[in-house]
Amino acid sequence: MDFFLLFQIEVLDSALRSAAPLLLACLAGLFSERAGIFDIGLEGKMLAAAFTSAAVAAVTGNIWLGLLAGIGASLLLSAVHGVASITFRGNQLISGVAINFLAAGLTVVIAQSWFGQGGRTPQLTGDARFAGLELPFADALQDVPVFGPIYNGLISGHTILVYVALLCVPLSWWVLYRTRFGLRLRAVGENPAAVDTAGVSVVGLRFAAVMICGVLCGLAGAQLATAEPAAGFVKDMTAGRGYIALAALIFAKWRPWYALYATLLFGYLQAIALRPDLIENALGFSVQAQLLDVLPYILTVIILAGFVGKAIPPRAGGEPYVKER
Amino acid sequence: MSDGKMPKWADVTLIPLISLLLAAFFSALVIWAIGESPWDALKLMVDGAIGSTYGWGYTLYYATNFIFTGLAVSIAFHARMFNIGGEGQAMIGGLGVALACLYIPWPHWTIALLGASVAAALFGAAWAAIPAFLQAKRGSHIVITTIMFNFIAAAVLNFLLIGALKVRGSMEPATAKFPEATHLPSFQDMFSFGENALFRGAPANVAFFVAIAACIALWALIWRTRLGYEIRAFGHSETAAKYAGISPTKIIMISMLISGGLAGMMAINNVQGEAERLVLNAVEGAGFIGIAVALMGRSHPFGVFLAAILFGFLYQGGAELALWTSIPREMIVVIQALVILFTGALDDMVRAPIERLFLAMGRKPKREEVV
Amino acid sequence: MTNNVVSLAPAIELKGISKAFGPVQANKDINIRVMPGTIHGIIGENGAGKSTLMSILYGFYKADAGEIFIGGTKTAIPDSQAAIAAGIGMVFQHFKLVENFTVLENIVLGAEDSGLLKPSLNRARKELKALADEYGLNVDPDAIIEEIGVGKQQRVEILKALYRKADILILDEPTGVLTPAEADQLFRILERLKEEGKTIILITHKLREIMETTDTVSVMRRGEMTATVKTAETSPAELAELMVGRKVLLRVDKKPAEPGEMILEVENLKVVDEQGVERLRGIDLNIRAGEILGIAGVAGNGQSELLEVLGGYEKGTGTIRINGQELDLTGSVSDAQSRRARGIAHVPEDRQREGLIMDYAAWENVAFGYHHDSKYQSSRLFMDNNALRRDTEEKMQRFDVRPPNPKLPAKAFSGGNQQKIVLAREIERNPDLLLIGQPTRGVDIGAIEFIHQQIVALRDQGKAILLVSVELEEILSLSDRIAVMFDGRIMGERLPNETDEKELGLLMAGVAGEAA
Repeated sequence: MDFFLLFQIEVLDSALRSAAPLLLACLAGLFSERAGIFDIGLEGKMLAAAFTSAAVAAVTGNIWLGLLAGIGASLLLSAVHGVASITFRGNQLISGVAINFLAAGLTVVIAQSWFGQGGRTPQLTGDARFAGLELPFADALQDVPVFGPIYNGLISGHTILVYVALLCVPLSWWVLYRTRFGLRLRAVGENPAAVDTAGVSVVGLRFAAVMICGVLCGLAGAQLATAEPAAGFVKDMTAGRGYIALAALIFAKWRPWYALYATLLFGYLQAIALRPDLIENALGFSVQAQLLDVLPYILTVIILAGFVGKAIPPRAGGEPYVKER
Repeated sequence: MSDGKMPKWADVTLIPLISLLLAAFFSALVIWAIGESPWDALKLMVDGAIGSTYGWGYTLYYATNFIFTGLAVSIAFHARMFNIGGEGQAMIGGLGVALACLYIPWPHWTIALLGASVAAALFGAAWAAIPAFLQAKRGSHIVITTIMFNFIAAAVLNFLLIGALKVRGSMEPATAKFPEATHLPSFQDMFSFGENALFRGAPANVAFFVAIAACIALWALIWRTRLGYEIRAFGHSETAAKYAGISPTKIIMISMLISGGLAGMMAINNVQGEAERLVLNAVEGAGFIGIAVALMGRSHPFGVFLAAILFGFLYQGGAELALWTSIPREMIVVIQALVILFTGALDDMVRAPIERLFLAMGRKPKREEVV
Repeated sequence: MTNNVVSLAPAIELKGISKAFGPVQANKDINIRVMPGTIHGIIGENGAGKSTLMSILYGFYKADAGEIFIGGTKTAIPDSQAAIAAGIGMVFQHFKLVENFTVLENIVLGAEDSGLLKPSLNRARKELKALADEYGLNVDPDAIIEEIGVGKQQRVEILKALYRKADILILDEPTGVLTPAEADQLFRILERLKEEGKTIILITHKLREIMETTDTVSVMRRGEMTATVKTAETSPAELAELMVGRKVLLRVDKKPAEPGEMILEVENLKVVDEQGVERLRGIDLNIRAGEILGIAGVAGNGQSELLEVLGGYEKGTGTIRINGQELDLTGSVSDAQSRRARGIAHVPEDRQREGLIMDYAAWENVAFGYHHDSKYQSSRLFMDNNALRRDTEEKMQRFDVRPPNPKLPAKAFSGGNQQKIVLAREIERNPDLLLIGQPTRGVDIGAIEFIHQQIVALRDQGKAILLVSVELEEILSLSDRIAVMFDGRIMGERLPNETDEKELGLLMAGVAGEAA
């Protein structure tokens, strides 16, 4: 029985990989919700991006084209969400639900029509998928105690999207708290009337936020389907990750650095759920995989219940903006 | 909903109809884009879903599921709550039905149906109770918590069906077959006379009539009882409800318990009526279709009934399409998404031009100054 | 300083502005000229179209017809951006501030210098200091908005406008949330701004403010501009007549009260809100049968909480007795229901948010709060909707509700008719005690008289009435006794014929007189 088995490099490495798409989607939701637009359509956007990136990569053999297409698909759904909830002041939750179903249905219908493989894309190989990047001196430093294995085993060797996801955390923080755009974006999620009367377009800001959300969801989806060890799209492959990202967002109380911690935690839970043997060795008893799978949801419900710190969403969240006299 | 800007009939018929046509148009576009003929697809669907008693038997079977989940979403809508948890509540309702059918020796199907209905409703309501309580007492957003509870329900079911409830020696994650006495009469049993077998092999069963009864009961509840009066009042204005002595906690709890109970009751159709045992993924997304059905039916039980039949038709028609063409079953999910989009999220897009049209037609509403 | 230049172009000139919302004509052919360096008042009843007009000027609405001239040049104002560019600043009735941002962030928002925040904030900090010195507008730039008082928040709004180099400042009902002392402070600031050459438009329905601060005044009635006059050459009576279109009875005819038995006794009543702030800090009062106790005070000093706790839907501590029997103060729902059973009727302050369900038909609203009443039930299970509709028809007749159609939703009626529906419902319960908040807010003048008569008639039937109003005139003309509330306390009690607006104003500002 060795408790530290649960924290060996291999597991942490897999946790980081699982966390990356969650982190991207979580930050996506963060931008949208900070601007006052609830988005439960993260799942659908990721799914659409996952399929489109894998499909285009498979057809062209070029992963970069795939990535672009994936982002494009996600942006398209973002635009639908924007039109429904910003332009026509529709119910943002219902719009999100619609988008999730639209993606769930369309990806399979189109995949079947294009590839005829039961809703899958063909296997991606070579340049059609993102390979892991060996960071400089990864091998050379392997023998340095402590740092070496961590650098080589945990930090190095991920696909570029994982590093992008990590970089997005400080970047998001900087944009939100250090730029004019960030100030306005946060303001529009708290009190759109303040932004409007200050002569700034509420609609423009919210669309910008929803579009940023689309780009980030696009990256998240591409990471799922086209980054090693993934090799293509399979039906419903997001498997609730959009909702876990949403849960992480609540967990993170709508803040970028907290989003990193929350998604790392949830990524870690996903990683150890894949290794029941390790849990048994480490703890001396087995834990049901189902329990690990739903732990993010249970934790989020507890957070939502307000027993462990209150999560206060942006005040104008979910409300379409109507000018009042 | 009616703002006095257009006649009520337009609000309840014209708007959903136009939304539906828009959804149909885009669905046709998708079908055309993947190289099939929308017209042929429609003919195939009509033929497969309502062209025979067999087709009707499937259509009405699906419709029964959707009536229950549609009513569930509707009653929550009246209290201005969005219950996305119908899926999970229906799953847990199935668990209730399975336990009731497996462990209680019922003498006859009528009593079994009653008992299973109660069990289904209780289990479904219980699953809605925690999100409802958290909303009422802690202000936790019910949409998020019910989503979370869907996943938790799936895990619970998964856990039980590969564990305690699995048939010993079997690899399949399912319970044992329910005893004979709990089997519900199908439409074939009820409506076939002698040689003339109608609804042959179709799963529609007596639960359909329970669903109709639920429609009528819910209509009376919403529009004829004090509780319904209070639920609607709360849904329109929470501040006013407090003034009138209507307890928000009570309304949130009761409406969500009814909602969860109705979603759970779907299980008497799919679990007891059709499968006659509990399998994984028995709900097949019917909980979510309830959202589309409620939106389409304007949260009115009669509207829900019609919308449920429509979706039953789409479901059965879609299955036929998957069988005979290269259009996969997921096409239904696309149609469902489009219906939710147009009747729910884009309601204003459809509504605004029609309102202007009515205003322009000079049917000025009787209203005094509003400034 | 610019007042003497005669040939100057008007700072603002509106020509033929019209605006309709659906069938409602909110503004009809409005013409107005405001000279630079003056304070121009716009007065009118609620719903006269004042706010619509100003929203057009600030680019919130597009006028259907008409032209706007700023400093003599024709200017199109399609949006707020254009209004700001034209040098117009607006202080809304409900402040447009981001509550969890700092003062500085709120001021900079929308007027940043560059993409990066730091330089903008630094410059704004300096600028703010200069503005504070110039106009006497001191606020801590790093304070969080939700942690400063409404008076300070209003200053932030003014600073926002000045930071954007506004020459024309529009203030929409700026004193509604202020104590008289804070209001005086505001008017001193406005004077100062005027001296510095700014043009100020003051929208209000309070005659006193117009008379005390403005140079010229325009009167609006039912969407039309009925007159523009020099303030020095008019009188409150004339303005009032212009506002409502006929002579106004400022006093209500009523006999002296004949107080009977004690109906309501309140002792040491306290209410603490969800944030832990004490809203009522020990209220003592009593009302006898056949008398009206008027509660005066600036909005937000605990009057709402007093009504809510008496109405049974707010938690409190202390003692409330009605007809000698003590009431539960747990604030649970059963309280609000049992209050009605004990003979307490309540016309709430905000009929649209509390008194009515705006989407319910009139007949459904007539049962609101009394939906458990046995006369509205057809059986143990079901309500008797037909009985309700009949009852509503009768009530509409007696209270002259127009149109007398029980099937119309509440939102289809005018403010006055909505109020009559609420009043009919509550008065016809034959209560021992009537709680009534802001009885004539947003109500047209004809209905005001009717409502006042109903209240007095109810008193003459020997009922106890607790009247809460922010309109001093209403308090003075209806009450038999007046209690003034400030900061959750009763500052003192006066008899209406032994006091005046000035004394009440002092009490409302928290300046205690001799013990009541």
